[in-house]
Amino acid sequence: MSADAVSTPALPRLLPCGDAAISVEFGEAIDPDLNTRVLALQAALADAPVPGVIETVPTYRALLVQFDPLATDVDHLVAAILAACRDPAGAQRTVRRWRVPVVYGGDFGIDLETLAAHHGMTPEEVVRRHSGGLYRVYMIGFMPGFAYLGGLDPALATPRRLEPRLETPAQSVSVGGAQAAISSVAAPSGWHLLGRTPARAFMPGRDPVFLYEAGDEVVFEPIVAARWDALDAAAGRGEPVAELLAP
Amino acid sequence: MTALLVVACGPGTSLQDGGRFGLQRFGVSPAGAMDPLALAMANLLVGNAADVAALEFGMLGGEFVVEGGPVHVAAAGAALAVDGTAVPALTSVVAGEGARVRLGPARDGVYAYLAVEGGFDVAPAMGSLSLHRRSAIGPKAPSAGERLALRPMAGGGANVLPGLPLGEEGPIRVILGPQRDRFTDAAVETFLSEPYAVSPRSDRMGTRLSGPPLTHSAGYNIVSDGIVTGHVQVPGDGQPIVLMRDRQTTGGYPKLAGIVTADLPRFAQLRPGAVVRFRAVDRDEALAALRAQRDAFAALAGQVRPVTAGLDTERLLSVNLISGVTADTGSP
Repeated sequence: MSADAVSTPALPRLLPCGDAAISVEFGEAIDPDLNTRVLALQAALADAPVPGVIETVPTYRALLVQFDPLATDVDHLVAAILAACRDPAGAQRTVRRWRVPVVYGGDFGIDLETLAAHHGMTPEEVVRRHSGGLYRVYMIGFMPGFAYLGGLDPALATPRRLEPRLETPAQSVSVGGAQAAISSVAAPSGWHLLGRTPARAFMPGRDPVFLYEAGDEVVFEPIVAARWDALDAAAGRGEPVAELLAP
Repeated sequence: MTALLVVACGPGTSLQDGGRFGLQRFGVSPAGAMDPLALAMANLLVGNAADVAALEFGMLGGEFVVEGGPVHVAAAGAALAVDGTAVPALTSVVAGEGARVRLGPARDGVYAYLAVEGGFDVAPAMGSLSLHRRSAIGPKAPSAGERLALRPMAGGGANVLPGLPLGEEGPIRVILGPQRDRFTDAAVETFLSEPYAVSPRSDRMGTRLSGPPLTHSAGYNIVSDGIVTGHVQVPGDGQPIVLMRDRQTTGGYPKLAGIVTADLPRFAQLRPGAVVRFRAVDRDEALAALRAQRDAFAALAGQVRPVTAGLDTERLLSVNLISGVTADTGSP
């Protein structure tokens, strides 16, 4: 990247989403730099709210800005967005890192062996590679608390199942294409289930209700199945179980 | 405790308010009333703010018994009867202890509302009383035998509205984008000129349309981005799906257009089989339509008046006129 590119980042495309939202699109790829710009804009709009804006939704490569069309000066909003994008260093974010315990394989990860066979690896090799990575939460979507992760070892990238399962367990740790994920609640999925974490990504009534947020980092810690019951019980009482590592 | 005892209600019944906002970045869908104008109308009649939670009914109605009454109720989108006596349209009624309150099936559209003065005394979930079925966030759907607790009412009497503003007609207005460039020009032309039929496989998450397929120009997978209510997404089979209140927060299909806010209520009320056409507008036209709608509703709010003893002919006449007007909202 040239120094010039750093000092004057390309401005995003502002795309209409009906009359009550704008998608601020920084690119079309899954890329940590694009996601960083998305999150920087989100932080800037949170620090200096534009009247009428209801909420923002960060995704891999775009920030969706939803507003009340009757209470928003759209020209002002666009100007604020572009100004924030010209000064991406204006909003500093603190990156959190989670250590997430996972029981791999068996009933906890019913696709571990087939995924290993698909890649000509042993299950142990898949676990070693999967738990050896540093992941980035690109976005939360699909279901409440469902974390889309980047940073998967490319050797583990696996096309999604042709037939999605109608139900997969809550807290599944899975692989779909080049992405990884931590699921929150039971849901249909075509992703490959490698394991399960006792940590609840989403738990109504707990503080915080949601563990992960876009921009967080995640590392996985393999644990033995014998530890599941105790950790699951603790999580059921509202303990995070996933551990926030010191910066 | 004042409550409505549920005698029966359709499976599509739930509490809905203006929606749950501020948590979409955590994957929480907004939910909320499919027809916020009808919700506002029912609330207006009982003296509530426009977006107070009311019971939303999908096609089928329901029956309730008042306990610890009286209760001031109003309906929008379906016929209301108390102890077997029909309540005129655009009129609220005070139902006494033990009264049977019955809401008929949706009159012209899909969604009907039953509002109570003071609202339902139910704990909000993450700031809203709207049920999002797929994630089970919000008060669970009511079932027979259940008691729905009500907040105390201020003691308002029955109200009547002189008439509705004329319902919008014509094609559903959309703003093209955000992924208009993912479609061929011919696909955009087709979408804006051909009729599409509402599929029976539609629900609060999405309204599926069937019609001439829309051709993508560069595949049908995009890196997931954010979704708004009213987005017209087009998966691989080229048949558009309009994402509605229970939609997911993000998605990976290209979105050709977004329905303007002013037209979302009447679009939501289209029944399976109804034929719909779309017309592209710019932001100014969308905003003008929304302002006109807001002003018309504000004018209406100023015309709420108490029901006087007996029915005068002027009101009967207006009620008759109204049923003719509301019939227009069923199909564009």
